[in-house]
Amino acid sequence: MAYQFDFPAVFDYTDALVTGAGVTLGLTLVGALLGGALGTLGGVVRAWRIHPLDWAFRLYVEVIRNTPFLVQLLFIFFGLPSLGVQINEWQASILTMVVNLGAYTTEIIRAGIEATPRGQIEAAQSLAMNRWQTFRHVVLRPSLQRVWPALSSQVIIVMLGSAVCSQIATEDLTFAANFIQSRNFRAFETYLVVTFLYFLLALLTRQLLNWVGRRFVAPRRPCSPEVR
Amino acid sequence: MSLVDIRGVHKHFGSNHVLKGIDLAVEPGEVVAIIGRSGSGKSTLLRTLNGLESIDAGEIEVDGTALKAHQDSAEQLRSLRLKVGMVFQQFNLFPHLSAGENIMLATTVVQGMDQESARDTAKAMLLKVGLQDKFDAYPDQLSGGQQQRVAIARALAMSPRVLLCDEITSALDPELVNEVLAVVKQLAAEGMTLIMVTHEMRFAREVGDKLVFMYQGLVHEYGDPRELFAQPRTPELASFISSVM
Repeated sequence: MAYQFDFPAVFDYTDALVTGAGVTLGLTLVGALLGGALGTLGGVVRAWRIHPLDWAFRLYVEVIRNTPFLVQLLFIFFGLPSLGVQINEWQASILTMVVNLGAYTTEIIRAGIEATPRGQIEAAQSLAMNRWQTFRHVVLRPSLQRVWPALSSQVIIVMLGSAVCSQIATEDLTFAANFIQSRNFRAFETYLVVTFLYFLLALLTRQLLNWVGRRFVAPRRPCSPEVR
Repeated sequence: MSLVDIRGVHKHFGSNHVLKGIDLAVEPGEVVAIIGRSGSGKSTLLRTLNGLESIDAGEIEVDGTALKAHQDSAEQLRSLRLKVGMVFQQFNLFPHLSAGENIMLATTVVQGMDQESARDTAKAMLLKVGLQDKFDAYPDQLSGGQQQRVAIARALAMSPRVLLCDEITSALDPELVNEVLAVVKQLAAEGMTLIMVTHEMRFAREVGDKLVFMYQGLVHEYGDPRELFAQPRTPELASFISSVM
């Protein structure tokens, strides 16, 4: 059977693709910023065993790590309104991404903090720095530096996972794909283009995160040999 | 009154009784060398002096700031640590900060110095340890001896009354030991009070005012280093000296 490829049928909907990609990137950006902040808080609470928040974060991390992203999304979108919390599809999508990324980030950052050599903390203590000063100036940046590649990967995983947000009618890139192929009946071409777009977005995001890591997390200097 | 007063200090690690009642007084300007076999409690003793190890009984007083067993609030520890500087075996420089920034961190964050004065202080301290051209170098761009000298400069920038040195040349290549010892010797000559755990017996004999020989968690011998090295009073010190020299 000779299949006639028809890519122009997809490019007729370039506007929808661009908008969808923008929504996916936006979800990722907000999710990464808020999820990263939540995860940093969680990482500190877990590493320092701050009671009783420690237990709350432990439970939170276990629940999120051991349940599917889609179920979390459906629970937040359909479940919360039953409790009287009114939430639209955007809010539900962002909230789910933040909650999901926050849990994984908690574990990653906790590992980074716990890998801080004891001597670093003792040096800070011997200089009369208190706990908070020690964390902010001595522990945080090297810890982030250690786990930056893992954090970057997790952000990309969540970005790709955000495709399921189309299930609750968030108009992201996957939503655009479903919409386009329902109009032009060109499923192969449409999903091929969208797959390629996700691939590009992931590469772009990784480059961006690498740049942020080099610029703001790693020590500022021309050549940066491996830190001992 | 002595600058540092250690009275009846006990320390346990679980069932291991590491310090069994230490009494020791250090006068201003004295250089005290603590020697002994590993496991004799010398590093632990040093670490109790700035609260890195808590004590189980007894009292430590430095320049009017006292620390008792089970009475070491954050405020007391801060007050003590402002008076007691420490240099470690493994240097413990902050890897993400340059040499200059390593020195400026505590002076700005803890003492509230402004950037300008902190920078000047850091430069002066680097000059003191002979590394005035390394302000912008990062720790992994420095040799071990240079890193240790930056660590000394970092401690000195806080203007401590006492400087604790915990085997500060033990992690260095032999050819780098002398540049660090030269700095310590200069500090001693300037009247800095130094308490050092060391394996450099010659240095202890030449520069030390007092020698403390620790044995099984107690101060076993105490006195003038030249006399003790020449004529140890106990067979334990005699055998220790003959095993290391």
